[in-house]
Amino acid sequence: MSTSKALEGVGGFLDDRFRGAKGFRTLFRKIFPDHWTFLLGEIALYSFIILLLTGTFLTFFFQPSMTGMTYHGSYTPLDGVRMSQAYASTLNISFDVRGGLLMRQIHHWAADLFMAAIFAHMLRIFFTGAYRKPREVNWLIGIVLLTLGMLEGLFGYSLPDDLLSGAGLRILEGVMQSIPLVGTYLAFFLFGGAFPGNDIIPRLYILHVLLIPGLMLALITAHLFIMFHQKHTQMPGKGRTDQNVVGAPMYPYFMAKTGAFFFFTFAALALAATFAQINPVWLYGPYTPVAMSAGSQPDFYMGMLEGALRVMVPWEWNVAGHTFSFNVFIPALLPLGIIFTGAALWPFIEQWIIGDRREHHVNDRPRNAPTRTAIGMAAITFYGVLWLEGANDLLAEHLDIALYTTTRIAQVSMFVAPVIAYILTKRICLGLQRKDLHLLEHGVETGVIRQLPSGEFTEIARPLTEEERAVLDARTQLSGPAALEAADENGIPAPATRGAIGKVKARLSTILTESVDLTAANGHGRNGHGGNGHGGNGHGAGEPAPAAVPAGGPQEISAGAGPAGPPAVGGGVAAVGGGTVGGGTDGEVAGHSSSDGPDDLGPDGPEQ
Amino acid sequence: MSEINGHGEPDGSPAEAGRIHQGPRRVIGTPPPAEARTLLGSGKPDSAAAVQRELPADPPDLRKAKIAERIVAACFILAMLAGIGFIAAYIGLEVHSIDAVLRSNLALGTSLSVAFLALGVGATIWVRHLMPDVEITEARKPLASPEPDRAAFAETFAEGAEASQFVKRPLLRRTLIAATLPIAVAPIVLLRDMGPLPGTSLRHTVWRKGVRLMEDVSYTPIRPADFSSPGGMITVIPEGYQYDDDALAKAATIIIKFRPEELEHPTVLNWTVDGIVAYSKICTHVGCPVSLYEQTTHHILCPCHQSTFNAPKGAEVIFGPAARPLPQLPITTNAEGYLVAQSDFHEPVGPSFWERG
Amino acid sequence: MRWITARRRHPAAGYAVVLLMLVAIGMGYAAISGQGAASASAPAADQRQIAKGQDLFAANCSTCHGLEAQGTAVAPSLIGVGAAAVDFQVSTGRMPSAGPGAENARKDVATAFASKKYGEQYIHDVAAYVQSLGGGPTIPSASQVSTAGASLAVGQQLFIANCAQCHNFVGAGGALTYGKYAPALTQATPTQIYEAMLTGPEAMPVFSDTTLRPANKRDIVAYVVETRSEPNPGGFSLGRIGPVTEGLVAFLGLLFFMVLAALWITAKQGKTKPNE
Repeated sequence: MSTSKALEGVGGFLDDRFRGAKGFRTLFRKIFPDHWTFLLGEIALYSFIILLLTGTFLTFFFQPSMTGMTYHGSYTPLDGVRMSQAYASTLNISFDVRGGLLMRQIHHWAADLFMAAIFAHMLRIFFTGAYRKPREVNWLIGIVLLTLGMLEGLFGYSLPDDLLSGAGLRILEGVMQSIPLVGTYLAFFLFGGAFPGNDIIPRLYILHVLLIPGLMLALITAHLFIMFHQKHTQMPGKGRTDQNVVGAPMYPYFMAKTGAFFFFTFAALALAATFAQINPVWLYGPYTPVAMSAGSQPDFYMGMLEGALRVMVPWEWNVAGHTFSFNVFIPALLPLGIIFTGAALWPFIEQWIIGDRREHHVNDRPRNAPTRTAIGMAAITFYGVLWLEGANDLLAEHLDIALYTTTRIAQVSMFVAPVIAYILTKRICLGLQRKDLHLLEHGVETGVIRQLPSGEFTEIARPLTEEERAVLDARTQLSGPAALEAADENGIPAPATRGAIGKVKARLSTILTESVDLTAANGHGRNGHGGNGHGGNGHGAGEPAPAAVPAGGPQEISAGAGPAGPPAVGGGVAAVGGGTVGGGTDGEVAGHSSSDGPDDLGPDGPEQ
Repeated sequence: MSEINGHGEPDGSPAEAGRIHQGPRRVIGTPPPAEARTLLGSGKPDSAAAVQRELPADPPDLRKAKIAERIVAACFILAMLAGIGFIAAYIGLEVHSIDAVLRSNLALGTSLSVAFLALGVGATIWVRHLMPDVEITEARKPLASPEPDRAAFAETFAEGAEASQFVKRPLLRRTLIAATLPIAVAPIVLLRDMGPLPGTSLRHTVWRKGVRLMEDVSYTPIRPADFSSPGGMITVIPEGYQYDDDALAKAATIIIKFRPEELEHPTVLNWTVDGIVAYSKICTHVGCPVSLYEQTTHHILCPCHQSTFNAPKGAEVIFGPAARPLPQLPITTNAEGYLVAQSDFHEPVGPSFWERG
Repeated sequence: MRWITARRRHPAAGYAVVLLMLVAIGMGYAAISGQGAASASAPAADQRQIAKGQDLFAANCSTCHGLEAQGTAVAPSLIGVGAAAVDFQVSTGRMPSAGPGAENARKDVATAFASKKYGEQYIHDVAAYVQSLGGGPTIPSASQVSTAGASLAVGQQLFIANCAQCHNFVGAGGALTYGKYAPALTQATPTQIYEAMLTGPEAMPVFSDTTLRPANKRDIVAYVVETRSEPNPGGFSLGRIGPVTEGLVAFLGLLFFMVLAALWITAKQGKTKPNE
């Protein structure tokens, strides 16, 4: 390979001063696994960059001032109307600056896409278990970024001081005011006095263009650096383990792909900004505290809060000269608070319940963690019901449902629908796992029917390829959660499961790790007839899996497999495996039979 | 040695790297079978010979690559033309009217979209069809530092702590913390002047005895005879505060005309004029202007969160999250016959707050 | 000699000339008047129109409203609603009603009133009849609803202050309670908009001419008409109902497009056969 003159020139200049040769080589050879779901975070990243670019353009023309003036610009329907300078400068950008409307629309669409991509990315991380050790901190950073993004968007679309966003600020002020003890002070401090005052737009402006983007930039940098340093997770497949990363190198492959994706992001946003009008503030009119429009909603990422406010019952206490406005601050704080707090704590809760402290670098297939997936779907459903309720008047109008009925439906669904979603999702996941088991045992259907000499018709099944088998086997081989042992070989309960909390933990662990046992398939091979895998006793009882452990592997896995425990009976719970106590040691993976249904299998042996 | 999955030894030869892959059919989005393998980071020292080639130089099918190259080039040329089109549209198309902005936005946006789309398509075809397909396995190092490193760090840290005297001399430590505390609190203190204290300002509006009710926007006073059609509703503001948004945010009021016999308790009849009743327009939930009035049901509906108030009965809440009825403004007529307020509202308007009582 | 000259001394000649001049002046005045000042209301209906209206009323309306429009259990009394209310309800097709329900929706004008040549006249006849029963707001004349000289700016502010909370900021409609709704204003004619404000149909409040002056009503009409025909410079309007449709586009359009792009970029070359 010959080095070019340019590389010698520039590269030499830099290397003389910074010693980059080895570092850059490592960087260039860094391996990035490839899966389309790994690009969801990139959508958010590139949307953010586009937000910065278009936002900078907008700052050259926007005037963050609430001073009143009479409009005489190019949008003639509002000629002579009194409005704030902020609103007038937004009209100016839209109608008097070339490319101004395009930049405004790209900016707003990018904000919507940014938030949508964060949701999609966050859900992907959750459902594949990519938040597990060592990525919990990155998960937390992500949740903070989500929150900051919501605030950033709220402040951003409030800057033009139009009727719709001004109403949103009024609601914000009303909510702040309702907070016990400090509410009125907070509201007066933020707005510089009574609503609307003269300070809120300039203050939101500096929060929107300097403070929050600065924080987000820092957190995004940390987020990416952590991902870089820990290496990206990978999807299960042949040759993929927790000790390697399989893919293509950064240079030139990943750089090219991610560059292409940036172009696509920009193209998508430009297309949207050309053909789909967004936030037409000239139609809303300037903000006046005396007027309101029907069908007023915030941008979609605030929709859940709006729905929560609509769905709440009129509960208020007046006690000793003070008012507890439960009807306001409960919907404002509780539903989103539950979801965000739950999400933030989830990696640690899951770790605590199942005692799994290994590093995980191979993603779970969502079906292989049925309870986790079901909990995620329940959370999505809860969020979704309130989100739809936020648009209930539009739904009432366009779907011909009585207005109050939509609220009643939401009031009931917000509690019932997540439960239904949990049950359905879990059953679907377990069903998919059984399908995987069937594939492992019987091979893949080919659609070719053969008639045997005896006259019987059978379908030929081709055996699984190595690749397919690796994917299906992934849970049992690599990344299933470890369960707490109930008792060691002498029947003495493990320390972690003693006491009331320990018993709760053990029970939760059973529920959380509930899965169809796929290791039984290993014993049956491809004989076409397959294991019966059915019946309460389980088929593979007493068959310890190979106890080989990887040499030199980074995980500290307890050497020596524990004996296969007693076969699981219909309603029983049996944990098999090594110890869970102490830092660094982990338990084995075990698939437990669930208490319901006879078609789950017996305990499997400990994993590698 | 880090392969656990029981697969055979990888063959890292360059010849292997460029070979067309044989294997099962793959679904989009899943990685290909691991064929061309080179093992990176295996810890072997670099040999004295040249660094072994890791990436193939060319894709396997050079004829297809040539076609792909032409397609990619065409995409890039299209992108260049679109970019030029963008600049031309910017220079050539004016704005300053709705139609002109429509044209300009369409032209600028289309050219920008085409430019980026063409770049993206070209780049993707380049990666997928021109770069040789490669899959490389790299070992992960355990993230936790090895014990000796941890121990060494702990030792360095402890030595430093000791040398700094921080641990050994509690007086130093405590006074340092005491010194920094007020300064740490100072930024919060500095925020005090961000706004005035609310005081009692939330309890009052600018309505006073004798202040005329003026129609919003047209800013004309109202005589009861002018507002005599039952089922009528209009927004009114206090005279003199037409441009004062801070005052209007609490003082905005609606008047509704009923037949006098339709009004009933808890509407205060002394505060009405000939069946005309005045309610605060500011919703008691979170403060949206409330004026959606249904003439047939006599309900005032707030469009924000659907709080519904029964207008002839003291604007009591009959649905929705609002917990208190709309305050009623006492009105009467003045000597000239115009509607005026008798006094301010008898309770704070708008959303509830802690000190409301 | 000409025929008319020969009869210049006829006894009726003078009367004929006076009659001719009166007719000429009257026609000339009628031709030039009716513009500018909008204070003239529709001329009082004559007896024939009322009689015709009564027939039409009996045929199309009395089943529900009673033979003397006194109202029945299923329909309110029309005494005092005025010609404007009748014109509005019938010309928008709301009346005759399609049946019981939360609200009468705009629909095709009933057959009895749908004739191109006489439909509008028939509606005015019924309106005149109802007007004769108890008075009420009259049908606004063309000059009264003309938006020439109207102020869009004032109209925008008035519309936002008094109308947008039901009809939405551009008149795209909104939900009311119990299945009612404030309709979209995309099809209403200026006369219908004026009449609706004047008479307060169904759940809509009444904005009489002394409450919302005719000039202001014209401003509002001008705003509605101009805005609904105004082009959308930013692209497709997405319904002009706000961020809800924008969010839908963000997920179903943008994110979906990006997912497709991601699938394409990360797809591996399909080089192999299935049964290997």
